[in-house]
Amino acid sequence: MNLDDFKFTKEHEWVKVEGDIGIIGISDFAQKEFGDIVYVELPSVGEKIKKGDACANIESVKAVDDIYTPISGEIIEVNEELESNPENINKDPNGKGWIIKIKIENKKEIENLMNNNQYNDFLNGIS
Amino acid sequence: MKKTKLNKAHYILNGKMVEFTGWDMPVQYSGINTEHNAVRTYGGIFDVSHMGEIFLRGKQALDAVQYITSNNAAKLKPGKIQYSALLTENGCFVDDILVYMLSENEYLLVVNASNIDKDYKWIKEKIVHFDVNINNESTDYSQIAIQGPVSEKLLSEFTKEDLCAIKYYHFIKGEIKGIDSIISRTGYTGEDGFEIYFKSDEDTASKLFLDLLDKGKKYNVIPAGLGARDTLRLESSMALYGNDIDNSHTVLEANLGWILKLKKGDFIGKNFLLKQKNEGINRKLIGFELIDRGIARHGYPIYVDNKEYGTVTSGTYAPYLKKAIGMTYLPVERTEIGTKFQIQIRNNKILAKVVETPFYKRDKKN
Repeated sequence: MNLDDFKFTKEHEWVKVEGDIGIIGISDFAQKEFGDIVYVELPSVGEKIKKGDACANIESVKAVDDIYTPISGEIIEVNEELESNPENINKDPNGKGWIIKIKIENKKEIENLMNNNQYNDFLNGIS
Repeated sequence: MKKTKLNKAHYILNGKMVEFTGWDMPVQYSGINTEHNAVRTYGGIFDVSHMGEIFLRGKQALDAVQYITSNNAAKLKPGKIQYSALLTENGCFVDDILVYMLSENEYLLVVNASNIDKDYKWIKEKIVHFDVNINNESTDYSQIAIQGPVSEKLLSEFTKEDLCAIKYYHFIKGEIKGIDSIISRTGYTGEDGFEIYFKSDEDTASKLFLDLLDKGKKYNVIPAGLGARDTLRLESSMALYGNDIDNSHTVLEANLGWILKLKKGDFIGKNFLLKQKNEGINRKLIGFELIDRGIARHGYPIYVDNKEYGTVTSGTYAPYLKKAIGMTYLPVERTEIGTKFQIQIRNNKILAKVVETPFYKRDKKN
């Protein structure tokens, strides 16, 4: 998959910008670290969140972790399909495994994120 | 960190290593779900060498075992195994153990890895008046668990012994690939299987583990780690020391009355438990299933009638049953099947209900 449109955080979330909308998910590296994801707790549509807030909760058989939003804004859509098919995050973390969509409040927050190459360098540094 | 003699094999197999009560152990190889379901369907092989082996030998070995354990060891015969417990004077758990009768004057107690030193010290202190020797041989012994429906077929490729003749909770002494072993039909997964105990050097132990996997490939047998071991035991409703049973809950409260034989002679905890049995217990360990979505985990608070009562003792997503299950203590009058209560998961109170245990029971085909 071409990940040129994706921006990444050090906490392994990604954002893909489509106009005013930011789509948020977790990276392939993160889904592998989790192992088999069996449960996703989603936020409510309409909720306003600030960069760094916990916006979803992901659980594998053994691990449980909060997902933090890399950008601020209002949640306009959540991926309800994850409630019945949480494994979509494992199978397709950058596609079907998206978690929430946010109406972006401040585009500047995106500029500080890593692009795919920078993120890969970052991963090579930590593994 | 302590290492089992099979440690090298885990690195060869690219296991994900974690520290578990001071041991460098694999939590998983291919993934907990995959390993869990492999054990239920075909087979899985575990390194459980961190478990402890304490021997009691001498003229009064049986008397000593009877005094320090809750089950009736007089019912054992050489080659037979019993699930039992070491209890405090208050009827609570020092540990839960397996008792192997090796011969008239020799018993093997298999204890939890986290409790080896504590148990050894405690037993030694309690048996001073008996004519018996105690030996902690935990570091000498390796233990490999072969679990799942194909276990017998696979293990018979490694021994001349008639494995079919070993019944559940029985053992024989025999050779596995030329290594003197205790071959025991036991396990902590809810499946048919064997646990083999042997003394060897590191290379021999690692090689046996890898050979078992190699020959197991054709049966879809894979290595399984501590993660799957925990979900398998919980799905089969087996208690874990430190979670579901500990030194603040009695054997009666833990719903393990079947390993408590109050009619045998004197033993530690007997007086307290006689009294508790007569007066009745206030709380009991139960199995639950979540009604609402979510996964309950160890330590999450539970609420009965909107009042905080205790915590989840074990909880997981059960990979074979595909639902969220767990265990906790509830007031005894609220333990009937179907009774609802709440579990706090993060900021929400989630509805759960008491269900029959074991959650999972295998079909006994053989």
